[in-house]
Order: sequence, then C-alpha cells, then structure tokens
Amino acid sequence: MIYRETGQFKANYQDDQALFPIEQDRYVIFGILFLVFGVVPYLMNEYWLNAILLPFLIYSLAALGLNILTGYCGQLSLGTGAFMAVGAFSIYKLMVAVPDLGFIPLVVLSGLITAAVGTLFGLPSLRIKGFYLAVATLAAQFFLIWLFNKVGWFYNYSASGMINSPPMTVFGFTITGPEGNMTAKYYLVAAIVAVFALAAKNIARGRIGRNWMAIRDMDIAAELIGVRPLIAKLSAFAVSSFYVGMAGALYFAVWLGSAEATEAFDINQSFLVLFMIIIGGLGSVLGSFLGAAFLVILPIMLKNILVDGLGTDSALATHLEFIIVGVLIIGFLIVEPHGLARLWRIAKEKLRLWPFPY
Amino acid sequence: MRTLTRTIVVALFSLPLMSGIASAYELVMPTLDYRTGPYAPNGIPFANGYGDYLNMLNERDGGINGARISLIPCETGYNTKRGVECYENTKNEGESGALVFQPLSTGITYQLIPKASVDQIPIFSMGYGRTSAANGKVFPWVFNFPATYWSQATVFVQYIAEQEGGMENLKGKKIALVYHNSAYGKEPIRTLESAAEKFGFEFMALPVDHPGQEQKATWLQIRREKPDWVMMWGWGVMNQVAIKEAASIRYPMNRFIGVWWSGSENDVLPAGAAADGYLSGAFHQPGDGFPVHDDIKKHVYDKGMGLGERERIGEVLYNRGMVAAMWSSEAIRKAMEIHGTNEVKGVHVRDGFEALEVDEARLKELGMEGFTIPVKITCENHEGPGQVALQQWDAKAKQWNLVSDFYEPLRDITGPLIAEDSAQYAAENSVTERSCN
Repeated sequence: MIYRETGQFKANYQDDQALFPIEQDRYVIFGILFLVFGVVPYLMNEYWLNAILLPFLIYSLAALGLNILTGYCGQLSLGTGAFMAVGAFSIYKLMVAVPDLGFIPLVVLSGLITAAVGTLFGLPSLRIKGFYLAVATLAAQFFLIWLFNKVGWFYNYSASGMINSPPMTVFGFTITGPEGNMTAKYYLVAAIVAVFALAAKNIARGRIGRNWMAIRDMDIAAELIGVRPLIAKLSAFAVSSFYVGMAGALYFAVWLGSAEATEAFDINQSFLVLFMIIIGGLGSVLGSFLGAAFLVILPIMLKNILVDGLGTDSALATHLEFIIVGVLIIGFLIVEPHGLARLWRIAKEKLRLWPFPY
Repeated sequence: MRTLTRTIVVALFSLPLMSGIASAYELVMPTLDYRTGPYAPNGIPFANGYGDYLNMLNERDGGINGARISLIPCETGYNTKRGVECYENTKNEGESGALVFQPLSTGITYQLIPKASVDQIPIFSMGYGRTSAANGKVFPWVFNFPATYWSQATVFVQYIAEQEGGMENLKGKKIALVYHNSAYGKEPIRTLESAAEKFGFEFMALPVDHPGQEQKATWLQIRREKPDWVMMWGWGVMNQVAIKEAASIRYPMNRFIGVWWSGSENDVLPAGAAADGYLSGAFHQPGDGFPVHDDIKKHVYDKGMGLGERERIGEVLYNRGMVAAMWSSEAIRKAMEIHGTNEVKGVHVRDGFEALEVDEARLKELGMEGFTIPVKITCENHEGPGQVALQQWDAKAKQWNLVSDFYEPLRDITGPLIAEDSAQYAAENSVTERSCN
C-alpha cells in the first residue's frame, strides 16, 4: 500500500533511468535531506554535532569508499586506515603550504593524492585476489603509517610527530582550528557526504559500476565479455581511495583537529571501517550509512544510557558496551548475513505488497 | 519491560538537555579515567587517588571552602577519540561547567589544548602533555607543572653524569632511549639529541609500538649495542614487558631509568627479584605514611566509599593521582580567594592556577609535609619548579625509595627548545603571545 508503484508510468527513458525510479523513494530522500540540512542543526547541541554526528558522517564517507572497493568490486582491503592517513597528511601539508586555495579544493585535492597512492597499492590486485590481496593491503597499512611516523617532513618536524590543523574558513565561517563554528562544520561535512553519496550511487549503477560488479561476481567471465580487469580494478582502487582520502582529510582537519599517525590511523581504524560495511551491507550505499551508524552512534548512545541514564559505573559501562555491541553484531549477522541494508530491502518488498501479501 | 523502555526513552531524549538542578553550587570536576584497555594497570590507581582525595575533601571539609565537589568519571580507555567525546560530554555539566581537565594522556592533551582557550577551561597536564606549554605566554590555558619531560630528560643526564663521575665523563658514553612510539614517547628525543651534542655522548632511540607487548627485537638490539645507560618513556603494559626483557638479557637494573610514568609497583612487580635496583623519575614520595592518607582512610574508606582497595593506598600512581587532585583543588581554592566567591567557573580557576603557590607550610597544613616539592606558578612559567628526583625499587621490601635529591633541570638546553616549539605552535595556529606584565 505504502510502497505501491501501481500507476507510476514511465513514459520516457529519462524517467526509467532516474536515480530513484519510485516516487516514494524520492520523497524519502528529499525528506532525509531536509532533515539533515533543515532540522538537525537547529535541534542538536554542540555535543551531538561534534561528538556524534560529525564522526558518523565522516565514517560514512570512509565506509562508502571502502564499499566501492570491497562491496562493488570485490577487492578486500585492510588499508583503509592508512589511506585515511594519506588524506589527512596531504591536507595538513597543503593547508600549511597553500592555504589560499580554499578548504574545499584542498579536501578534493587530498582525495586525489590518496587516489594516486591507492592506485599504486592496488597494482597487486591484478595478480592476486581474496585473502592474499587483503595481506597486500595490510602491507600498505603498516608501510604508510611507518612512513608518516618516521619521516619528519610529513609532520613538519614537530617534536611529538603530531599534526595540528591550522584555522581555515569556508564562505567566511571558520571550519578548522579550535574556533571552528560547529554548525558550519556540520553543514560542510554533510554537504560533501551528500554530494559524494549521490555520486557513488550514480557511478555504481552506470557502466563503471557494472564493470566492477562483473569483476566481483566472476573475474574470468567478466574478462570474456570484454571488461578489462586492469581498468576496472584500478579505477575501483582510485575511486575508493579518493573517498577514503577525503574522509581522512575531514576526520583530521574538521573533526579531530590534531592527530598522530600511529594512534588515529592504526589498524583498528581499517577493521572498524571494514566491519561497518560488513554489518551495513556490502555493495550498498545505504549500507555504508547504516554500518557507520551502528558502530559510531550505538556505542556512544549505549554509554550515555548506561552511565547517565542508569547510573552504571563508567568502567563497568565500557565492558557492558563491548558485550552488548558484540552480541548485537552476531545477532544481526545471524538474522541477516547480508547486512542491515538487506533488512531494509526486505522491509521494502513487504511494504510493496502490504496489506495484501498474496 | 515497559518501565525499562520508558527509562531508556526518557534517558535518550533527556541526555542533551540534562543539566544539574542541584540546590547548592557544585564544583564540577570531570575525570577522564581509563580502567579498561592495555593502559588500565596504570590508569586505575591514578584515578583512584584522584577521586579518593576529592571525596575526602567532600567528606572531611564539605568540599572546598564549603562548596561540594561533584566528580564525573568518564571512561576513555586511553583512546583519543573517546577522550574527546568525554570532554565534549562533560565540559558543560552542571552550573559551574567543568572547572579543570586532567586528561592523563598526551594524545588527549594535544586534542584539548586548542579547545581549552575557546571553552575557557584550564588543562592541568601534570608532568606530561605538550612540553612547550610551559611557556605561559603562548599557552595561557595549559599547566604542566611540576616539571616537563624535557626537564626530566636533562635531570637523568645529570644523574648519569654524577654516577659516571662528572659531566666530562659523559663523552663517548652510549645512552639508549626505549620509547612508546607516540607523541608521548617522542617528547624527550629532541632534548636528548641536544644534550648528546653538548656533552658528547652517543644517543640511540628505539621505538616500541603500541601497546608494547612485543619488545624482543628492541632488547636484542640493546644486547648487541651494549649502551651504558638505558632510559625508558613507557606506559601501561609496555613498562612491565620492558623490565622483564631487560632482566632476561641481564641488563644492570641500576643503569636503567624510567620516566615517572614508568615507575610504579605494577611495572616492577611482574619481574620479581630481577627488577631490584631499577630507577625512575619522581616528584613526590611513595608510601602511605602521611597524615593525608590517614584522612583518606578515615573519611572515605571507613565509610565504604573508597574507589579502590585499601591496601593499595600509597602506591606510586595512587599518590600521583592524589597530588594531582591536591594541586587542582588548591587552584580552585586560590580562584575563590582571588575572585571572592565560591561560585567559580573554569575561567576563574585558570587565574587560580596562574597564581598557585603551594609551599612547605601549606603542604604541612594539608597533611603532606615533605610529600612533594613546593610549587609556584607565574604567568610566563607554567612548568613551575621543574625539579625531578630519582626513586629506586627495592624488590626485597617491595617498595620504592627516593634515592637522590631534587635536581634542577638544565635550563640552557630546555629553555631554547621550549621557546622554539611554542613559537612554531603560535605561528601554525596564528596565536599571538600575550604579555605577562
């Protein structure tokens, strides 16, 4: 009933190829965009924006990037943390060297630098796949972090190896540095994430995305029907790293404000983003957001409920949080191994037929 | 079930709006604890000492000048991101807002330094964090007394020279630094490099990656290179492993010096008798023989309110947490005195820190005579005295003993480095130096 598409005739190719062919989906998307840009910033206080929504959006972008590589193209990567570090250190060097370019171009530029690095580390994917590729990307993780920690040039020879984001403005609002305007930060990150999420959805259903999926499903068959693995795999690495690099740049410059390579971008970061897309749903844009929400927002909410709501001791609450999140992950994966996005798809199918399922 | 659901829903929606509706003015002091994770063995005693001392003030004196202290623990797991979340969550708590933050993590301190001036909450990174924050002209909101890592490194160099029979004997000696490969561990490198240049000893830096359980390669290298002295900047499980590894290659313990974060009971006990003679930095006495400990036992533990175990009162890190709480509460008291009101906020407490003076007489009143060095903070000097002593582990008696006097740091080495590093921070973050007249 709610999701019935009866009567929605598509009279031309344009309608048929729309990003969201069903009318209800379009309303939902516009509704969400309205909520994100029109309502949330006025409802939420600084704590919510800074401690919950900013990391959620930034991790969503990183998860989106990894989902392109792993979910759509089937290339397992454990180097997400390192690629985020490439984005972060790129934007740091750029912010110090050429601040006049403006913040948004610098974010895109650091994404491009990361794309180049990612393509380089994607080269082994032409010869090896599966777990072996995962190990090769693991090498990227350890090598890059070692490099950023070892070579003083990357952190401008500061005594502690920390990088700090200098203050920069976008349209007159301070975005980075301690005096950053929280609402402006949120708007900037939300806008970047929205634009690139739509772009990802578009790429994924077009020629390039179909090439990726063909490679994922069976690379020999894909090669036989004329997909070139070199182009398909390396483009997946490039686009994925571009997203992850931008996420890393925002993570360091907008959210954290200062970072050290070994702590902020360690191997746990790679696993965290990988778990996001596995729990959220491989090969789904929505899944990236759901996975990020699950692993970023849920633990903080649990902590707040346990400590502030129920008065649990803070150390006990942390242990409980590990247990609860762990149990939920196992539970969700048993109920739906294809992730949270799949649950939503099933719900959508049911809603289409409801209330007459037969 | 229904009520539980309701509790959760209410909790969820009321969280961002929650503010203290207490009748009396409370002094909010959040603590960023870590009782979980690989650094918990060190985080727990510190948090217990910090909390117990403040609870004791509440129970014995009804708080500070009659205003009760409200402790808000928040678990960070020594994780920077969680630490920032904790900071954001607690900074506006209650009517007073957070009065002072004690992050007990160099990583979190670095995150909070730029935020502190905007939110107007002082950061008290006691003997850790960013060393150049000693320059109060560039970092008005950060205090790192009683001494910095750089002062400590120069004190160790002096101690080594004394053992070797004079500064001139340092020439040609080999000194190794085993450090936690993070912002914290890297802090002393530059100072030791300058000292190596000045006194002509050979310096080698050996990083250990987080969390530090794997150090075989590092100690193999030490066995091969045979440095005359080894210093360590470690934390958490890394300390125990290093001391055990040193014992296993039979490195002489009385030539192995840890930073003051590498010198607690937890670090040496696992190595047993082999740890005898191990040295570490210190700025306060170990043990529970001071009147303040009796007060804590009487007013807190006898009422069943103690955060830890009674037997562990007086451990090195417990005492360190206690001395941190003492200086913080003295700063709040000073702020009340300066501004003539009990209703102080973070901005007032900063003034209290800057005018802080805890001398021998005041320490005696607090039941801590001879417990630590007298401290006097000024506008330009946030490091205070900068003096460091060495303590040595006696494995038979299972206790730490101070074995040296308090050394003055080599200010001709640290001074220029502090000026240079704080100038770099000021330039990168467009901070203008304030004047201190």
